[in-house]
Amino acid sequence: MTHASESSTPATKTPESFWEIVGRWSMSVDHKKLGMMYVGAGLIFFLVGGLEAAFMRLQLAQANLKIIDPETFNQLFTMHGTTMVFLVGMPILLGFGNYLLPLMVGARDMAFPRLNAFGFWLFIFGGLLLYFSYIGSQGLYGAPSAPDVGWFAYAPLTDRTFSRGNSTDYWILGILVSGFGSMTTAINFIGTILCMRCPGMTLMRMPIMAWMMLVVAALVLVAIPVLTGAQIMLLLDRSFGAHFFDPETTGSAVLWQHLFWFFGHPEVYILILPAFGFVSEILPTFSRKVLFGYPLMVAATVSIGFISLGVWAHHMFVVGLGPVLNSFFGAMTFLISVPTGIKIFNWIATMWGGRLRFATPMLFATGFIAMFVIGGLTGIMLATVPLDWQLSDSYFVVGHFHYVLFGGTVFGIFGALFYWFPKATGKMLSERLGKWTFWLLFIGFTMTFMPMHVSGVLGMPRRIYTYEADRGWEIWNLITTLGVPVQMAGVAIFLWNVVKSLRSGENAGNNPWDAWTLEWSTTSPPPEWNFDRIPTVTSARPLWDSAHPEDPDAHYE
Amino acid sequence: MGREYSRTERTVAEARPRKNHLHRYTSSHAPNVIPTSGARESSSTVSSVRRLRCASQLQRYTLLGVLFFGAITSIGVSTAAAEVPQSQASRSLEVCDPSVIPISGSGVTSILESNSAPAREVRSLGYLVVAICAGIFVVVQTFLVLAIVRGVRASRVANASAGSGAEPVQVFGSLPIEVAWTVIPFIIVFVLTMVTIRTIRDIDLTKPPEGALTVTTIGHQWWWEFRYTAADGSTVITANEMHIPAGRPIWVELKSADVIHSFWVPRLAGKLDVIPAKTNALWIEADVPGIYLGQCAEYCGTQHAHMLLRVYAEEPAQFDAWLAAQAAPAVEDATVTVGRDTFTAFSCFNCHAIAGTSEGLFGPNLTHLASRDTIGSGSIPLTRSNLVQWILDPNTLKPGCNMPSLKLEPAQVESIVDYLMTLK
Amino acid sequence: MRTMSKFKPTLSRAKVGMASLIFMESALFSAFLVTYLYYIGKSPTGPQPMDCLDLGLVTINSICLFASSATVVFAVRALSRGSLKGFQVWMLLTILLGLEFLIGTGLEWKKLIEVQGLTIDSNVFGTTFYTLVGFHAFHVIVGLVLLTGTFMLALCGCIKPERDTERVEIATWYWHFVDVVWIVVFTLVYFVGKVPQEALS
Repeated sequence: MTHASESSTPATKTPESFWEIVGRWSMSVDHKKLGMMYVGAGLIFFLVGGLEAAFMRLQLAQANLKIIDPETFNQLFTMHGTTMVFLVGMPILLGFGNYLLPLMVGARDMAFPRLNAFGFWLFIFGGLLLYFSYIGSQGLYGAPSAPDVGWFAYAPLTDRTFSRGNSTDYWILGILVSGFGSMTTAINFIGTILCMRCPGMTLMRMPIMAWMMLVVAALVLVAIPVLTGAQIMLLLDRSFGAHFFDPETTGSAVLWQHLFWFFGHPEVYILILPAFGFVSEILPTFSRKVLFGYPLMVAATVSIGFISLGVWAHHMFVVGLGPVLNSFFGAMTFLISVPTGIKIFNWIATMWGGRLRFATPMLFATGFIAMFVIGGLTGIMLATVPLDWQLSDSYFVVGHFHYVLFGGTVFGIFGALFYWFPKATGKMLSERLGKWTFWLLFIGFTMTFMPMHVSGVLGMPRRIYTYEADRGWEIWNLITTLGVPVQMAGVAIFLWNVVKSLRSGENAGNNPWDAWTLEWSTTSPPPEWNFDRIPTVTSARPLWDSAHPEDPDAHYE
Repeated sequence: MGREYSRTERTVAEARPRKNHLHRYTSSHAPNVIPTSGARESSSTVSSVRRLRCASQLQRYTLLGVLFFGAITSIGVSTAAAEVPQSQASRSLEVCDPSVIPISGSGVTSILESNSAPAREVRSLGYLVVAICAGIFVVVQTFLVLAIVRGVRASRVANASAGSGAEPVQVFGSLPIEVAWTVIPFIIVFVLTMVTIRTIRDIDLTKPPEGALTVTTIGHQWWWEFRYTAADGSTVITANEMHIPAGRPIWVELKSADVIHSFWVPRLAGKLDVIPAKTNALWIEADVPGIYLGQCAEYCGTQHAHMLLRVYAEEPAQFDAWLAAQAAPAVEDATVTVGRDTFTAFSCFNCHAIAGTSEGLFGPNLTHLASRDTIGSGSIPLTRSNLVQWILDPNTLKPGCNMPSLKLEPAQVESIVDYLMTLK
Repeated sequence: MRTMSKFKPTLSRAKVGMASLIFMESALFSAFLVTYLYYIGKSPTGPQPMDCLDLGLVTINSICLFASSATVVFAVRALSRGSLKGFQVWMLLTILLGLEFLIGTGLEWKKLIEVQGLTIDSNVFGTTFYTLVGFHAFHVIVGLVLLTGTFMLALCGCIKPERDTERVEIATWYWHFVDVVWIVVFTLVYFVGKVPQEALS
């Protein structure tokens, strides 16, 4: 079966010029190209955000260092957080969804391909606008300045009075624009999942990742507009003298926090649910077992989606909301740990009794579970309201959220990259280099983020550009900084792996991992029309059914 | 019917041989897959060596990882929990009773060292929660490791018996197990919620406890202001160092003059934000005299890192004496009138209040500056040379702070400092 | 391959897309509505709702907007019956009623700014009022652009009843959404929020 592969050049066709390739990609509405561009752009921003973190850690390696001045440091942590959440996490995860959803549900493209492309370019424009602030904005005294108000930009620090110049406006506008991109992607996900499933694929026969993306899309549509609204209000405050968040004129600084965190908490579930999806697809393949408890996983995912809308004030326990609100939000936060825990147990049960193959995607998926358990448990400690009064705004929180966002989301992303790279490019990534990547990342990550829990317990607050020498924090900060080059080595090896494999990697074939979902039934890379013939499915694992016709999954539904 | 099924159903089906679809998977990608020679473990040295090496590689890495992880964790736990002796800090300062409360070293701002009733309540709750979480951690990670070990072993065994190509038993779910691991976490969560609510009720007070002394704390961009009511009813305003009587509940009223800050002295209580146009209040109660350190814990701008807190808990009699001294008018020393005139001639008085001389409110009150140990919100020891350098250009010591350099002559600065050092 | 008994017919993509858009816009409006609710009675100085908000003009505007929802339903019905002329007439009426709403809102704002001195920076009432009503008006403009575009397409004969009825109907969903939001905004601003300052303390 022949297909028009992007990289093949039959003798009768002249090779494409560089500009033809650029045009084909930049004007594409094909979900696969857009998905790859999302992931590629996200990885570039990942490197930039990582560099910002590396500079911060350099400054914090010892007490009272003067490598980076306070203004620059404050810009670094603001941009690091903003980049990682909005320009790395969201695009890569939504990009994977873009690439995989039509293939997984047996469709030829997303529901609204042109809207898809529009959303991608909005994201790019928003990201570039945010980074333009490094050279363009008028900070104090007219010097260029990236935003320096923290990624959650609390009022009234973001007021005209306290944030002079335009750096905060860049923060607002960059995220506003890329937020619209996320919203269009979410509409596309919902349209594709609800309307374009292939014949036979009921909602309960979709790959579990499609369920994760469905809930993520719904959360995006609820949460991001609230952030958009809050940012518009902030823009009005800064530009037209409105009084939304201006306490000097009866505005309320706490209102910003409520609005922001009403977005902010579902946002972190938006960042983790796709990674849950990746792990839920990788584990069964490399355990040679079906996912344990599919209906309960779906129920857990949907309930996480709902509960996540009701826990936002656990980011505000130290604001002084009063014992009633503190208790309510504490209880809700404890509650959300139940469905999350259920998923972890389901994954372990999937692995239990299986025949495990530790290829690189499986290493990352297992590492994900191990790290996410730790991050989740420190989350339970933070959910304990009085304990949060000590631990909030300290390095303990920084350790916690990096365990769930790096050990969770980023490890999930790396697992997904190794798992689906053969499908997207037709080449296998090197396993040897992949294992190096994993272990370097794992060790470096632990060196960096485990000691943060200790410095937090020892009283070190967040977002400080330097610290006192005699509080016992130095050794932990030093270990933290020493983990950075280890992680950088891991990432560098990964990039080398990608370059090398694209050039001379082994051919992957349709289904190198012997997986069971629909994307593995088509060629690697898939043709532009995805499937030569839209399949009809009879269970959640169509390829298992065709490989084991005497014992299909349909018997167990 | 339901989606569960029993193992026996499947094993009957399993009796029929299945094709192994791992043929695309070469050994460079899957070290656990048998090479195509199909040799059995006991008969082929080459393939068995390769498998053993690969398996032991996995074991080696796992062991290394676990050891490293365990080492880091145990170092952390033991160091954080241990009582660290006071070290010779380059900034050792006069304190009330240094043998009791350390002001440098590992425990000085630790949340595990509690010298106050609310901090102790938080700590005990913390220990309970950490214990529960540690238990969950051990159980979950054990199952994970066991699943990995068993799975790798099963995979090796399956590859050894080449040709059977059987997939393992496919388990779709199990109602009793799934119910169990939904209900048990619910119970744990319920217990945690009840315990948490009880502690919230004990500490999150909405009105001051019996016999509390009220201190009003106002957060500014990058320093702390404290206001007391003196014995005669007048308001005492001081900055950067908060004195309290030990053994008595203190009701700290928290306000902000500009942006959001956070008042955090870990050994005395959890933190509470300081928010403009909102008055929060925190209960602290130092058991014994000593200096308790902390700092602002909500990002508030350029010098957030140097908005330090020093809480001096003193014997009640000492505290009363201190308060009376703070309520007294500024020291009038005739030998430093040159300095005082320089102070009032330049714009110092616009920001800084000195009782009887100036009434500025933007900067810290300097009426009794010389009675303090530090300047720059606790970040710089108060010595003559430091004060001179500060006034010459504050940005050399605290870059970005709101006090500008007034470009004074060194002689003028010296005379101002002479004056300020008399303000005990 | 056999057809599976569990297979359901596909939903319309366009309907799901528009429904998702409306869902998302509802979330956006919720942020502004909650903020407005939060700030009711919290303006110690400046023009107050009791004094500024007059029900006369805004009632006329509202009636026009609600009526335009009805006329747009008639327009879609006419189109589904194949009557292009009827569709154009009803659509034109809808657009004119929508325009009246916008013009009326503009007139009301003119009075508020010039006579009452209520601006976005006068107090939080001004801030929240103009933001909420303004955002709604912005969505009315977007809806009018959508309807006008449809009308123009009908004028040049690009609309074919048998092919485009569903598409036009989905476009009118947006207009109905704008209408429903106005019901909520109108109730909140002109009834719930119009309590005197003393009543809230």
